[in-house]
Amino acid sequence: MSPAAPAALPREAEGAGQGPAAPAALPPRGLPGLDPAFSRLVDVPGEASWHVLDNGPRLAELGVEPVGTLLCVHGNPTWSYLWRRLVAAATAAAEAGAPAWRVVAPDQLEMGFSARTGTRRRLADRVRDLGLLTDELALPGPVVTVGHDWGGVVALGWAVDHADRLAGVVTLNTAVHQPEDDPIPAPLRLALQPALLAPATRTTPAFLETTLALGHPPLPAEVKDAYRAPYGTADRRSGIRDFVADIPVDESHPSRAELDRIAKGVRGLDVPALVLWGAKDPVFRDRYLDDLLGRLRFARVHRFPAAGHLIAEDVDYAAAVLEWLGERPRAVDDEPSAADAGARLWSVLESQADSDEPALVELAPPGGGGPRTISWRLLSRRVGELAAGLVAAGVAPGDRVSLLVPPGADLTAALYACLRIGAIVVVADAGLGVAGLSRAVTGARPDHVIGAVPGLTAARALGWPGQRISVARLPLPTRRALGVAASFGELIEAGRGTALPAPPPSSATAAVLFTSGSTGPAKGVVYTHAQLQALRDALASHYGVGVGTGLVAGFAPFALLGPALGARSATPDMDVTSPATLTATAVADAAAAVDATVVFLSPAAVANVVATADALSPSQRDALTRVRTVLSAGAPVARDLLEGIGRLLPNATPSTPYGMTEGLLMTAASLDLIRATDSSGSAEEGVCVGAPIAGVRVRIAALDSAGAASGVPSEEPGRTGEIVVSARHLRDGYDRLWLTQRDADLREPDGSRWHRTGDVGHLDAEGRLWVEGRLVHVLVTADGVLTPVGPEQRIGALPEVVRAGLAGIGPVGTQQAVAVVELAPAVRRPGIASPELAARVRAAAGVPIAAVLVVPRLPTDIRHNSKVDRTRLSRWAEGVLAGGRMVLP
Amino acid sequence: MRVLVTGASGMLGGATARTVAAAGHEVRTFQRGPANLEGVEDVRGSLTDAAAVAAAVEGVEAVVHLAAKVSLAGDPADFAAVNIEGTRTLLGAARRAGVRRFVHVSSPSVAHTGASIAGDDAAPADPEHARGEYARTKALGERLALDADADGFAVVVVRPHLVWGPGDPQLVARIVERARSRRLPLLGSGAALIDTTYVDNAASALLAALERAEAVHGGSYVVTNGEPRPVAEMLAGICAAAGAPAPSWSVPPGLARAAGGAVEAVWRIRPGEDEPPMTRFLADQLSTAHWFDQRRTRADLQWRPQVSLDEGFRRLAASYGR
Repeated sequence: MSPAAPAALPREAEGAGQGPAAPAALPPRGLPGLDPAFSRLVDVPGEASWHVLDNGPRLAELGVEPVGTLLCVHGNPTWSYLWRRLVAAATAAAEAGAPAWRVVAPDQLEMGFSARTGTRRRLADRVRDLGLLTDELALPGPVVTVGHDWGGVVALGWAVDHADRLAGVVTLNTAVHQPEDDPIPAPLRLALQPALLAPATRTTPAFLETTLALGHPPLPAEVKDAYRAPYGTADRRSGIRDFVADIPVDESHPSRAELDRIAKGVRGLDVPALVLWGAKDPVFRDRYLDDLLGRLRFARVHRFPAAGHLIAEDVDYAAAVLEWLGERPRAVDDEPSAADAGARLWSVLESQADSDEPALVELAPPGGGGPRTISWRLLSRRVGELAAGLVAAGVAPGDRVSLLVPPGADLTAALYACLRIGAIVVVADAGLGVAGLSRAVTGARPDHVIGAVPGLTAARALGWPGQRISVARLPLPTRRALGVAASFGELIEAGRGTALPAPPPSSATAAVLFTSGSTGPAKGVVYTHAQLQALRDALASHYGVGVGTGLVAGFAPFALLGPALGARSATPDMDVTSPATLTATAVADAAAAVDATVVFLSPAAVANVVATADALSPSQRDALTRVRTVLSAGAPVARDLLEGIGRLLPNATPSTPYGMTEGLLMTAASLDLIRATDSSGSAEEGVCVGAPIAGVRVRIAALDSAGAASGVPSEEPGRTGEIVVSARHLRDGYDRLWLTQRDADLREPDGSRWHRTGDVGHLDAEGRLWVEGRLVHVLVTADGVLTPVGPEQRIGALPEVVRAGLAGIGPVGTQQAVAVVELAPAVRRPGIASPELAARVRAAAGVPIAAVLVVPRLPTDIRHNSKVDRTRLSRWAEGVLAGGRMVLP
Repeated sequence: MRVLVTGASGMLGGATARTVAAAGHEVRTFQRGPANLEGVEDVRGSLTDAAAVAAAVEGVEAVVHLAAKVSLAGDPADFAAVNIEGTRTLLGAARRAGVRRFVHVSSPSVAHTGASIAGDDAAPADPEHARGEYARTKALGERLALDADADGFAVVVVRPHLVWGPGDPQLVARIVERARSRRLPLLGSGAALIDTTYVDNAASALLAALERAEAVHGGSYVVTNGEPRPVAEMLAGICAAAGAPAPSWSVPPGLARAAGGAVEAVWRIRPGEDEPPMTRFLADQLSTAHWFDQRRTRADLQWRPQVSLDEGFRRLAASYGR
């Protein structure tokens, strides 16, 4: 029955498989979320009896023909209770008239309420047992397997053996391969100690209890009790012990061959797959996810950053599964081809390879000393040599390379070298903070990390994955300490005179950029080469940047495209981790160095640049008079700051674009437009961000009475709703966030790709876009929906108010608006406003305001230091207005 | 319609009798003292007197029942006699007299267990957890009324929240009197958000309930202005209207609740002449949020408040000659 086991292995020696036999039984009634009507007992003649959750009889009652079966296999030490939500949701969907999926979820033998036979079952037995059960049930095709934990392996084993009937596979935190060079995870290693195995898994419920403690958030006590129900005694837990002991820890393990067979077989599956992953699993870490994704070619993947091993308890996986089943008939790879994608990003580097004109000027090069100028000739050669060197160091097309290098020549060379050889660059903003950056980098799973010493130190300290490459030659001890495999110098030497491989197609993924995370964990946004090429072209045509343009590169995402635009870029002397410290003199020196006509600034830097204008010398002022365009991107810049920039750069047109990491340049507003549309002179609600730039389309999905953006996107003026955008330079998708991408993606019948921005606003009669806030910050009061930016602006215009935030409290549908204001001079403690101030704020707001609160400082998101964190503000206001302590927001 | 209004000597009772009469109904009032209203038939008597109650409901088609013992402290037996037994007597007499509509005036405190209420609709009356004798007996009274709802006897429960207005001897007069003698504290930060009801809005809601009784009978409706405000702002508004100083000293809510418990105990043994300065009920009322979802109330009663808070403050100030 089972493959011959080398009985000498100590972990197997003791008592495996023994224990009194017992037939399958029905679970007790009243377990939370489990309808007893779905439980049935199935006897496989000559084998054993099973407890199975099965909605087949219910579907028959409804008189609906199932379109297929979901065969759900739990892991160790759970039971089919794990799948209760999927059974219920699939049945409810069928009752509501959606395509009916039969759900069959057995308790594995020796587990849950299925039979105890006194037999030790190995992986191969379990795969075979499941096949006998499905034969007995005479399950018709098509079947989609659904598995969790080691049940996922059993389910995939069934899938490999029944490929003729297989329509798809779903896995939840399942690993199918144990790399030879990688030890098994510590928690399991501990449980497998011979002295611990039986006490931890059978004699005591320690293993069961440890697993039940892995909920994020913690499982309710009744749910834990339900999981414990079939495992009340040591005898009932023998299966748990045998399951743990069956984990193939090394090559010699009797189940290793079966695991390898399944792992290999999975590669041959040509069905769609859905891979759901809880990132906080202490056992199944991301490397197993990578391995699985390498095997499943047609996988949708969503990695839930806040979910753990018990992902089926932590998130609404059932809705995700049903949604995925609903989309399955669509082709999996439906991205349009990148025809006519324009010139490659490194084309100018090739065409200018013999030019001794400057390409880059670093005002404060990392080595110290004065400004350093790099010619096109040198940059072009360096990029080529580095690219070849990276190939020699094992960087392959499609590999992910995390760039932890400050802006400047090194970053530029690394970026273009990676792009040229088809490696995917992972760019995370240092402004995410160490923890956010670490989550972003580890979540993106780089194969290689290219860094300067601070980045490499963080990579080492925080255990980021990937081969480490240093931009600088390091002393041997440092190099060893940081685990550095190679330096740029070595790679350049290795790559000198070596031919480059063929460039990647324009449809290939080029970059993963991480968003600010001001609305949750940072998301990786994926761009193809074609999309970055389109972004370059949009910048070129809208701002007139081209070959020979002098550019001050103070905003990284656009500045990095300088060489692709053919621009002569100057990196000002600045601390990249603290953009708010950039000074006017640093900008002026950079402008002088490249005779700049275009200046890019990060929004966080603008205030300090304006504030330090007094320190400029006459010659520095003179350099700034030659600037024609100044662009601050990333977050809206207040009018007074743009006015300040306008005074600093007297001949320039200050401009602020509207965009997001997913679409960096969608509309643009000049200072003149902002002056003309300032709220005091306009009846429109919100902030005007200008008209769409050439090639961009903007539509509005109107809000319904519940505050949801359910409307059909249209360009009709005057309707408030979610802003949706379309452009060739829009992002491709999100990294391992299939559900997020589904929510954000919009396809029009004409095939155009649209992105739901999560912002709300409206278009005016001239086609200009007005932003009214974030969709999640829309209030739904008893009188209808209310967007925050308009009232905030009107309150902010009061002379004593520095800044205002609109918070919403109470249940959606009957929410109350609360105005929270920062005053000049600032108050020392938070509190309620004086009756006089409250009256003025109410009169200005234009909407009913339940309470006016004053605070020393409004909470803002860390990256931009400009967007009021209304979610946090609302939580705080809800607390203090309920009678809680008057703490700081 | 011939309508009996009980408790018409109070501020809301009087306003309700006037509002119902102004809508073209024939109004009879019933309470212990004189109602002092023009154009109504005034019958005097106590709810504890079954014969007087039977006489009062004779020949009327509808009842709006406001009469209650409203106080922060007192003998539990007194509360029960009026708020429970009096209601039982009135319900029985009304049914026997052929009354077809019965609007029972209750209070949101019947469902208030001490936790904050932020945007909730009316919860069922909960005498086991209600705070204080008034709320407990009103909760039991409300249950009696709803239990009596039947075909041909349409009972609607209306719970106006913190009714105030000119000539209010309860809330407004006490706040103003204590503010003048500097005995009005704020509990905690004074930020707890509370909904209140200007008296004319409460009266128009009761008229709406009377007219809509046959469509919405069996329901309980919280009625407010739908303009919640921080409690400090509300108190300051009332004080400003009366020309009294706004409260300026603050007591931690936990301490106030403890003191309230102690004072309640003493008052039960040796009732003072005035209301006790603080009870647990009052401490909860002044330090936790109480604002309500008014959508169902407004839709079912086809009613909206006509007097805004600001207009209410103006009218209150006018009544103080300011």
